[in-house]
Amino acid sequence: MPRKVQVQTKINGEDVEFLCEPRQSLLEALRDIVGLTGAKEGCNDGNCGACTVLFDGRIVTSCLVLAVEAEGKQITTIEGVAMGNELHPIQQCFLEGAALQCGICTPGIIVAAKALLDQDTNPSEEKIRLWLANNLCRCTGYDKIVRSVQAAAGRMQEAR
Amino acid sequence: MQWFDYARPRTLDEAAKLLAEHGDRARILAGGTDILVQLRAGARAAEMVIDVKDIPELNEIHWDGSTGLTLGAAVPCYRIYGNADIKQHYAGIIDVASLIGGTQIQGRASLGGNLCNSAPSADAIPLMIVLGATCRIVGPSGERTVAVEDFCTAPGKNILQAAELLVSIHFPAPKPNSGAHYMRFIPRNEMDIAVAGAGVSVVLENGNFASARVALASVAPTPLFVKEAGEALAGQPVNDESIARAAAIAKNAAKPIDDMRGTVRYRKHLCEVLTRRALQVAVQRAKGSN
Repeated sequence: MPRKVQVQTKINGEDVEFLCEPRQSLLEALRDIVGLTGAKEGCNDGNCGACTVLFDGRIVTSCLVLAVEAEGKQITTIEGVAMGNELHPIQQCFLEGAALQCGICTPGIIVAAKALLDQDTNPSEEKIRLWLANNLCRCTGYDKIVRSVQAAAGRMQEAR
Repeated sequence: MQWFDYARPRTLDEAAKLLAEHGDRARILAGGTDILVQLRAGARAAEMVIDVKDIPELNEIHWDGSTGLTLGAAVPCYRIYGNADIKQHYAGIIDVASLIGGTQIQGRASLGGNLCNSAPSADAIPLMIVLGATCRIVGPSGERTVAVEDFCTAPGKNILQAAELLVSIHFPAPKPNSGAHYMRFIPRNEMDIAVAGAGVSVVLENGNFASARVALASVAPTPLFVKEAGEALAGQPVNDESIARAAAIAKNAAKPIDDMRGTVRYRKHLCEVLTRRALQVAVQRAKGSN
């Protein structure tokens, strides 16, 4: 019988150790072992993007990463996006722009949008839509999401 | 998901030992965007998952002006389109690395994985075929080199024997005045499986095609190399007529099935249109490349 594996990793800047089965996904480990339930399980096969996290600086669908692969990596989840009690400008703009309804897709979209704005301070609408193509939303029709990302880009530029 | 063990070898030798020990009960993990879905769905089984991302040979991108490009089998798409040498010399590889999946998938998925998954719809395989790419495979009986067009044998199946590992894919250096392009048709703009796809490469000489290659996606049990379409272009002038003849040959060579993505008739029509348009782009690239 395969053994459980001890994994040492860094999540949202903090050292974390957990014990997992090799078959468990990073998403399962985050939600069921570490207790970070911000990343959501939608499709569990990489299509919907609700489980998006930053994995060594790249966005990935955490349902398609094994938890054991997190050894020695740096992970950022939606819980690591706000600065203490202060919302990140993307989160604030999503609230003001009504860029969510049911909210299941929102953590993944905000993590993905943050990764985009961290590398491109003023992306075109087309680039935003392409970047977020791996994030499905069945409520908003995407326009409010795209506009809120654009608004956040503007606000982040003003703050610089 | 089924139980399995996990190992992360750091050398080809360590990987070979694990593969020898577990044989066809081992599965290779690179980006995981196909294998983890299949293991979860029970479509494939494994007692040992071997993560190859720490093995240097599977992670390298090595460009040499005279010999060409060696691309480690586990190099993810984002590293491919972020690489200046590939951008400069292989626009066709950038095409496929940028259109497979979405941003998240491109953070993990590799061309080696696309090849080993051996789906008839694989976007990268037709492009690798038309670029004349070869596979470096190591196994218990040593090392061998196989052309990409000879790699896939059936949907999800390929020539890899038990305990063999795809290490890297080698692309010859592009010839002067050459160009390549891959395009597919999908109902959305992204994140979908090709209804049909066409990869082409051309080499031009004095206003004529010196040579060309054409390969198709999603219209046969494997990615389909249409040798005769490229041969029909060799020595012909670069014009609409010669391109149309090659596109018609591609259409006739396609052997698609009817399914939820499209009918036989529609897919064959797409092969003609996509081959023609891809050739037009490849010709433009060849004229610009000098």
